[in-house]
Amino acid sequence: MSTTDFTHPRRRRLAQAVALGAAATLALSACGADADAEAGSDNGDSEAAAPDSLSVTTFNEFGYEELFEEYEEQTGIRIEHNKVDTAENARDSLRNSLGAGSGASDIEAVELDWLVEFMQYSDRFEDLSAPEVEGRWLDWKYEDAVDEEGRQIGYGTDIGPQALCYRADLFEEAGLPTDREEVADLLDGDWGNYFDTGREFVSSSESAWYSGSDNIWQGMINQVEVPFETEDGEIIADTNPEVKDLYDELLEASVEDELSAGLSQWSGDWSDAFQRDGFATMLCPGWMLGVIEGNADGVDGWDVADVFPGGGGNWGGSYLTVPTQGENIDAAKELAAWLTAPEQQIKAFEAIGAFPSTVEALESEEIQSATDEFFNDAPVGETLANRAEAIEVQPFKGPNYLLINVAIQDALNRVDVDGIDDADDSWEKFVNDVEAMK
Amino acid sequence: MPSRNHLRSRASAWDRKYSPYLYISPFFILFAIVGLFPLVYTAWVAAHDWDLIMGQGEFVGLDNFAHVVGQRAFWIALRNTLSIFILSTGPQVVAAIIIAYMLDSHLRARTFWRMGVLLPYVVTPVAVALIFSNLFSQRFGLVNSVLDTIGIDPIGWQSEVLPSHLAIASMVNFRWTGYNALIFLAAMQAVPRDLYEQAEIDGAGKVRQFISVTVPMLRPTIIFVVITSTIGGLQIFDEPRLYDQYGRGGTDGQWQTMTIYLYELGWTRSDFGMASAVAVLLFLLIVAIGIINFTITRRIANGEGRKSSTSRRRLKKGATL
Repeated sequence: MSTTDFTHPRRRRLAQAVALGAAATLALSACGADADAEAGSDNGDSEAAAPDSLSVTTFNEFGYEELFEEYEEQTGIRIEHNKVDTAENARDSLRNSLGAGSGASDIEAVELDWLVEFMQYSDRFEDLSAPEVEGRWLDWKYEDAVDEEGRQIGYGTDIGPQALCYRADLFEEAGLPTDREEVADLLDGDWGNYFDTGREFVSSSESAWYSGSDNIWQGMINQVEVPFETEDGEIIADTNPEVKDLYDELLEASVEDELSAGLSQWSGDWSDAFQRDGFATMLCPGWMLGVIEGNADGVDGWDVADVFPGGGGNWGGSYLTVPTQGENIDAAKELAAWLTAPEQQIKAFEAIGAFPSTVEALESEEIQSATDEFFNDAPVGETLANRAEAIEVQPFKGPNYLLINVAIQDALNRVDVDGIDDADDSWEKFVNDVEAMK
Repeated sequence: MPSRNHLRSRASAWDRKYSPYLYISPFFILFAIVGLFPLVYTAWVAAHDWDLIMGQGEFVGLDNFAHVVGQRAFWIALRNTLSIFILSTGPQVVAAIIIAYMLDSHLRARTFWRMGVLLPYVVTPVAVALIFSNLFSQRFGLVNSVLDTIGIDPIGWQSEVLPSHLAIASMVNFRWTGYNALIFLAAMQAVPRDLYEQAEIDGAGKVRQFISVTVPMLRPTIIFVVITSTIGGLQIFDEPRLYDQYGRGGTDGQWQTMTIYLYELGWTRSDFGMASAVAVLLFLLIVAIGIINFTITRRIANGEGRKSSTSRRRLKKGATL
């Protein structure tokens, strides 16, 4: 009797445990099955009917907020906008999604500086080429997004022809001309001339000439034909005399001649300095106009001159891509095509100054006659169009371009912003960083 | 029916033998899936060339480890991790015990204070990091402005090594001190009150009571808190990542911790092999420091225990004199 008394409850418990285990496995497998079923049905849906919503990841400012609302009104598709703070962070998160095979938005914005890197994995992106978008973009803008097999993986959004933004009021205080045409004449020339004018400026002003070396660096390096990597894939960043010369010239002007405000781009201090007369000039690709306007809200005196040291230069500009892992590929392609159509590019330009990359938009009346109230009614459209024409060099950017450029900007900031190294020590560290990438 | 009986007794023997394992198996099954497997798999990845996007490459044995250990950045990251860990965990545990002790005494509006210390823990680390990195902005941040008004030169919170560590440690402490204080408080309330009465009769003041009664009685809790904050402290990521706009840990790796370095290798440079090697090394480091901390705290608590008994005796003597 005693044994049965013991065994029975035990057995019951055993049975319970087994049942529990079984239930748990069932629950787990049910989850898996559910997820599969969901993914499957979504895939099916995308072909049959439009999805309820699409997700779009951008970074910095694209000027899409109002366009998204417009699209939602037109089509009823809700757009989840995921706005990343810096391009570098957007790149990391896209890499992560590609690696994991999930997590990417339906549309992912990719910047020029790291597009090449993603070209290595171009099969992870949809081929977007379509007869109705053929010939839409400037040739070079289009060609950069085409892989070796001729698949177009990105629709060009904006380009970054650079003009020079300046504070007319600070110029006046320092005794420099303030009219944008006179300023253009004054700064017409090479970087040496730009720095010399800066030396003149800082000698009679409390503000710095520019925000920091990293801002100026982008202008300089985007004029070098083969900066960091050769087309054979060899890394020459640490041995290229052109790079070293620019580095030395820039740091001499920044630190020894104190032209720099010593602020690293996108930092909190950098944003704050717009409100405090921190610096008088800034390199201005179209998209930077929106950044300045946002940070310098309420500050009078900004203007845009139709000039750029060393000729012309393109800084940045982006593409919209559709990762293959997405569940609403067709709808995403449609949206990407719509967002990059000339009419929408003009609206993005009006919103934040993102300069169009499509031929039609560039030639349009709206762009040619566009002025910007914040920049003292400067003819920003015409200015940037002129600056786009002045671009002579499209630098070759290899798959390591971004990493190397980040490393050299760190090197500049160690000297200019942090003041923890002199130019030579910091260069040594940069050489080590580049060695580690080889 | 002998055979049936036989079967039954055999079943009950099995039952007795194996069912206990079955009862505890859910934990081990879960642990194998979410704990052991990732651990072993990380080690497996660390022994290969492994690209984030392209996946597994060649088997390279210990090459990744050799390469990582040869990097200057690795040693800087190790230094930063240990430094931030010491600056955060040490003051945090001490402050948490003291706060808990104060909350344990007869306060007015006790629940209010107790909930109050937990408040920072409720705030997401991202918000904390944003606020603190703003406060510690080098040029126009509040901290440097205040220092400036009292005549102290601005401190390079984002350019120098030690100040940046202090700033990050202050975020960690802000977030975790209250949480640990509540754990200590719970343990303190389990200390039998007659011990305090006895100590009081023996003539012990508040401080003496705290050192000789409270701390020794908290021993297991102290060990628990120290171990968990060791693990958390060495894996610190959110705070340094959000400390500046780039999240790489400074232009010269001033505050690049092991986890940030791991992230950079794995996600920015897409070298998962090397990132996994760092992860394995970090794991070994945590185990090593965990063991050291365990022995130290055990010894402290034991030592305190012994000391407290002698001091109590001494106190008694004093009382009789």
